[in-house]
Amino acid sequence: MALSLPAIMRTTAARLSALYFLLFALCAVLLVLYMTSLSARMLTAQTQETINDEVLGLARAYQRGGLPVLVRVVEARSRQPGANLYLIADTNGQILTGNVQSLEPGVIETEGWTREPFSYRRFGEGELERQRNTAADQNETQPGQNEVQAEGEKGHNAIALVLRLPNQMIMLVGRDLGEPERFRAVIRRSLMLALGMMGLGGLLIWFFVGRAALKRIDSVSEASRRIMGGDLSGRLPVTGAGDEFDRLSENLNAMLARIATLNEGLKQVSDNIAHDLKTPLTRLRNRAEATLSGKHKTTDYRQALEGTIAESEQLIKTFNAILMISRLEAGYSSESTSRVDLAAAVRDVVELYEPVAEEAGVTLESSVEGDFAVNGNRELIGQALSNIVDNAIKYSTDATGKPAVRVALGRVGGEIRLSVTDNGQGIPDDADRARATERFVRLEKSRSQPGSGLGLSLAKAIMTFHNGRLDLLPANPGLSVVMGFPSRENH
Amino acid sequence: MPATTHSSSEIAYNGSMKILVIEDDREAADYLEKAFAEAGHTAHVAGDGETGFTLADAGDYDVMVVDRMLPRRDGLSVIAGLRSRGNTTPVLILSALGEVDDRVTGLRAGGDDYLTKPYAFSELLARVEVLNRRASAREAETVYRVGDLELDRLSHSVRRAAREITLQPREFRLLEYLMRHAGQVVTRTMLLENVWDYHFDPQTNVIDVHVSRLRGKIEKGFDKPILHTVRGAGYMLKSG
Repeated sequence: MALSLPAIMRTTAARLSALYFLLFALCAVLLVLYMTSLSARMLTAQTQETINDEVLGLARAYQRGGLPVLVRVVEARSRQPGANLYLIADTNGQILTGNVQSLEPGVIETEGWTREPFSYRRFGEGELERQRNTAADQNETQPGQNEVQAEGEKGHNAIALVLRLPNQMIMLVGRDLGEPERFRAVIRRSLMLALGMMGLGGLLIWFFVGRAALKRIDSVSEASRRIMGGDLSGRLPVTGAGDEFDRLSENLNAMLARIATLNEGLKQVSDNIAHDLKTPLTRLRNRAEATLSGKHKTTDYRQALEGTIAESEQLIKTFNAILMISRLEAGYSSESTSRVDLAAAVRDVVELYEPVAEEAGVTLESSVEGDFAVNGNRELIGQALSNIVDNAIKYSTDATGKPAVRVALGRVGGEIRLSVTDNGQGIPDDADRARATERFVRLEKSRSQPGSGLGLSLAKAIMTFHNGRLDLLPANPGLSVVMGFPSRENH
Repeated sequence: MPATTHSSSEIAYNGSMKILVIEDDREAADYLEKAFAEAGHTAHVAGDGETGFTLADAGDYDVMVVDRMLPRRDGLSVIAGLRSRGNTTPVLILSALGEVDDRVTGLRAGGDDYLTKPYAFSELLARVEVLNRRASAREAETVYRVGDLELDRLSHSVRRAAREITLQPREFRLLEYLMRHAGQVVTRTMLLENVWDYHFDPQTNVIDVHVSRLRGKIEKGFDKPILHTVRGAGYMLKSG
């Protein structure tokens, strides 16, 4: 995967790596700076202490024998390897003795500690060595000095204490800063090294950890792009590692499966609408056209219009049922539910259908064992039950004996069961029975009966809304439609 | 009567009503205005909620027909606003929403009746005429009389020409409703709603069977029919 730098920086992993690197680097630098300055100060203090000791020693020498002794001691000390800086100059600043060949102008003009480190040259450094004879009095000291100062081609830095001797001559005692500076250089080098290693480590961590996460996320977004592109059967990759990414993918996959189911349902409905609504609409249109063409009597027009109204009324009913089913499946608000007395619902519906049954020559009877109440919608339960009773009355008429429909309400286990049983021909085929509650499914022999084919589907949707079930069972002879409500309360 | 007149308007109503229609669909509103005029009523149309509210607040209407979804001010808010100002004009809500919840919220907002679109005009007319407050004076009466038919609401007894008629409880309620609205068209859905308290469409026309059974009891053995079928609309109890 070739990525440009800005693209890499857009990824969370890279951003986090960079942020952590910067934070750690800042901490490391601050820590090192603090320690360095602390050590440098300590070193400086140590240097000053050494110089003070020297000065005390020299002061004693001066007290003992005056200037000649002092000069002798200075010359002796100057020759020692790794010696400090010594310089004695006359009142004009002309160097008389010591191991300093030259120094920054103005250093010896002010008494006390030098404010800033100053640069100087010792005798015998670099090409100056060749002028040894011009500084004959220092000759013996050169070999030792050479070793110590070998690394210094250019001038060195030092700090020094400048004093005025009682005879107004100037004495400088100083110490080279080479040691603290070497220390600083070491610290600087190790700091650079540490920072480089941290950067490298960060990069490695990003490469192995961050990039792996990035790749997973990329594969998820690529898969979702594919799915959005229309491949609804596509799923997000699950590696089986069981980590957060897998859990995310699994949940998204479950969501996709749910969407696919809903989509399938929607497709089925639209197919059914296309089929079952287009047919009557075509009939409606044909009738109107046939009536308009040719000459007819007024009564013919009236008849055609009445037929049109009746047909459109049926269409509206079908449409309302479809809408209701989809709203129920989408879930009603709980506001529409209350305590419903099922025994009363049975009584009401049986009483509503009793004259119809009687007219059709069907015995409609009910048996209610006790009082049952469920949380639900009276209107919906009444509608479901009346659809089922309506069907039962229609299909019991082909019974071999006396047609009868029996509505029974009772408790079976943890379920309140409301069943409507007829003694007609029933639905012998198991698959047909299972299909009967699907939308618009009208089994072959029921095609002759009026109806939209939505009665049972609506009843099933209503039962689903009530967290219940609707099952079609063979009653030998006939069919038993069972509405099962979960029983939450005892009665 | 013109040929387009609906059959239900052939039965003359004993008074014309002043109706306010608040409906934003121009064509539907015009149709309602014309149809109400043909039925002998005066209808005024308001095209949005604000205008409707102003008209209703100022005018003295017998019934209002209010669409739920209106521009500028929602139908339910118009009704609630009128009720809070002490306006008690009966309101019929028209709505494309027909769910149980919608009906409940509509009636809770102060509506008196609820009709789902699409509807038959005969259904709307029957409901509006029943809503008319001048016609609902019978609510308080204890004995209803239509011709020689008499119903006593306290003793639950029914007589016709001094002959006792035995009715089942539901048949009694059915007759009670028909008699309360005697001279008015009562549709099948109105009967299902008011006598059975159901608002759905039964697959079979169960109401017709109940009515014909009741008719058998109150007309059999008497010369004059009293419970009439109004073609394309419903039923009407009327003497003579």
